[in-house]
Amino acid sequence: MTAADVAHRVGAKGAILPDRGGLWGHLSDTFWRRPKLLLFLMLAPPVLWLGIVYLGSLFALLLQSFFSIDEFSGMINRQFTLKTYADLLQPSNIDIILRTVVMAAVVTLASVVVAFPIAYYAARYARGKWKALFYLGIMLPLWSSYLVKIYAWKLILAKEGILTWFFEKVHLMWLVDAWLSLPIVGGNSLSFSFTGTFIVFVYVWLPFMILPVQASLERVPANLVEASSDLGATPAQTFRNVLFPLALPGIVAGSIFTFSLTLGDYIIPQIIGNSQLFIGMAVYAHQGTAGNIPLAAAFTVVPIVVMGFYLWGAKRMGAFDAL
Amino acid sequence: MRSDLQSAPLSLKIAAAAGLLFLHLPILLIFVYAFTTEEKSYQWPPPGFTTQWLAVTWNRPDVWQALGLSVQVGAISTAIALVLGTLCAAAVSGSKFFGRETISLLVILPIALPGIITGIALRSAFSLAEIPFSMWTIILGHATFCVVVVYNNAVARFRRVSGSLVEASMDLDANGFQTFRYCILPNIGTALVAGGMLAFALSFDEVIVTTFTAGQQQTLPIWMLEELVRPRQRPVTNVVAMVVVLVTLLPILAAYYLTRDGDQIAGSGK
Repeated sequence: MTAADVAHRVGAKGAILPDRGGLWGHLSDTFWRRPKLLLFLMLAPPVLWLGIVYLGSLFALLLQSFFSIDEFSGMINRQFTLKTYADLLQPSNIDIILRTVVMAAVVTLASVVVAFPIAYYAARYARGKWKALFYLGIMLPLWSSYLVKIYAWKLILAKEGILTWFFEKVHLMWLVDAWLSLPIVGGNSLSFSFTGTFIVFVYVWLPFMILPVQASLERVPANLVEASSDLGATPAQTFRNVLFPLALPGIVAGSIFTFSLTLGDYIIPQIIGNSQLFIGMAVYAHQGTAGNIPLAAAFTVVPIVVMGFYLWGAKRMGAFDAL
Repeated sequence: MRSDLQSAPLSLKIAAAAGLLFLHLPILLIFVYAFTTEEKSYQWPPPGFTTQWLAVTWNRPDVWQALGLSVQVGAISTAIALVLGTLCAAAVSGSKFFGRETISLLVILPIALPGIITGIALRSAFSLAEIPFSMWTIILGHATFCVVVVYNNAVARFRRVSGSLVEASMDLDANGFQTFRYCILPNIGTALVAGGMLAFALSFDEVIVTTFTAGQQQTLPIWMLEELVRPRQRPVTNVVAMVVVLVTLLPILAAYYLTRDGDQIAGSGK
């Protein structure tokens, strides 16, 4: 409603109708005459809550990253310094950051590969009952308990678990063993290796990738794909030149989730994986037993900065329209 | 609409089916493990089946306590989120004003940034302000990220409640509160219930922020995390995991059925 419209109505009302009686009537009239007041009253509680509770503590956290810890007493020295950021750039911490970012990137790529066929089928071929089934089939795992999902994988990846049983049945256990004997990705068993961490990350974040990719594919008219094949393109060419570019904003939108969630997670690598640290685990360890809140705060700046760049790039690619 | 609808290529069918199986089999496995007789390991196939662990879990006071705290926190956080999220959605969808985009960003930020950041930010704020840990510190965190769920549901529905309906009500001499009660609320009601259920499911399941704001208290997810890191009685964990799946399943299905019909009319209002 435009301001002129409101002014016109208020004027007309004032001229013809008497004010309403009673407290509620008065209040209602006041709000009608001054929509700004109503807007302010509606916005004040949520903005105050989020502003104070969330932004306030976020700001306090960033502030603390400029404090430092006294190495001898363990006390926090509340004076502005960049020393904590110098600590952050030690080789061992750089290792942690690199490991996390690489893991986030690989998990994101794998999620795209697994999510695309599901999203494409749901968008293009599933109709009616099947469409609803697909939707629930993606929503249920998305909303099921995060810890239960991790627990399920602990059961699956355990040495005595179902995966080992399966590979032994099909006589392919040597393949798993060969894979586990590789450097970096290998380990004692699947649940104590980066391979395990990777699988669980992909599993837990996959629905966050499917939904935006499906949303972007829904908007691709089927006749575009048909036109492409009529013009003699092979399915691979159609995919590369037609489908993929049109799905890209959705993929980028989904990757915001998979990337950001992997960057900040500390529970999955703690439960499934070898004990090498990820950013989240480092933050948790520094604020907990070590009591080094400044370094923990500085560590959290890394995902914020990485995500800042990521969101900036995503926005330029038009990914937010696909959310 | 499409008479030329082809069936999907076989490879696509297989890839999509395999993907869906990958999403669902692990959760189904939880149901099998809840009844296994094996106590010490995660042995597959289970050597035998029993229902005795249901009874054992039923008699565990620590599980009940954790469940109680989770339900309380979830209920109060959902209530707060419903009020804040609806107000915010009404304001943002009802008018255009300076800073509107900023406010939607502010609402989304708590789930756009990794949970660990919210968690440690709240924790350091509590320690700076010397607030002792209590149920309310958990609620403070949960309500903050639950707002966005309610907000998203409410904003989508507010867009569909046409302005002429409100004007008609006003023309028929209803005051603003009556209009809200009799015109707007019935229209957004199901969206709010759905948003509330999802908010509850989110809070009931949250662990990353909670580990930072709970202190020594145990919500159900914290209890599970504890068991995952240092298993004490695996069969009890199995049963709790199954119950958690069932408890979160119901609100999601309910939320789906409540918003489903509305979404089909989505295009007609525009």
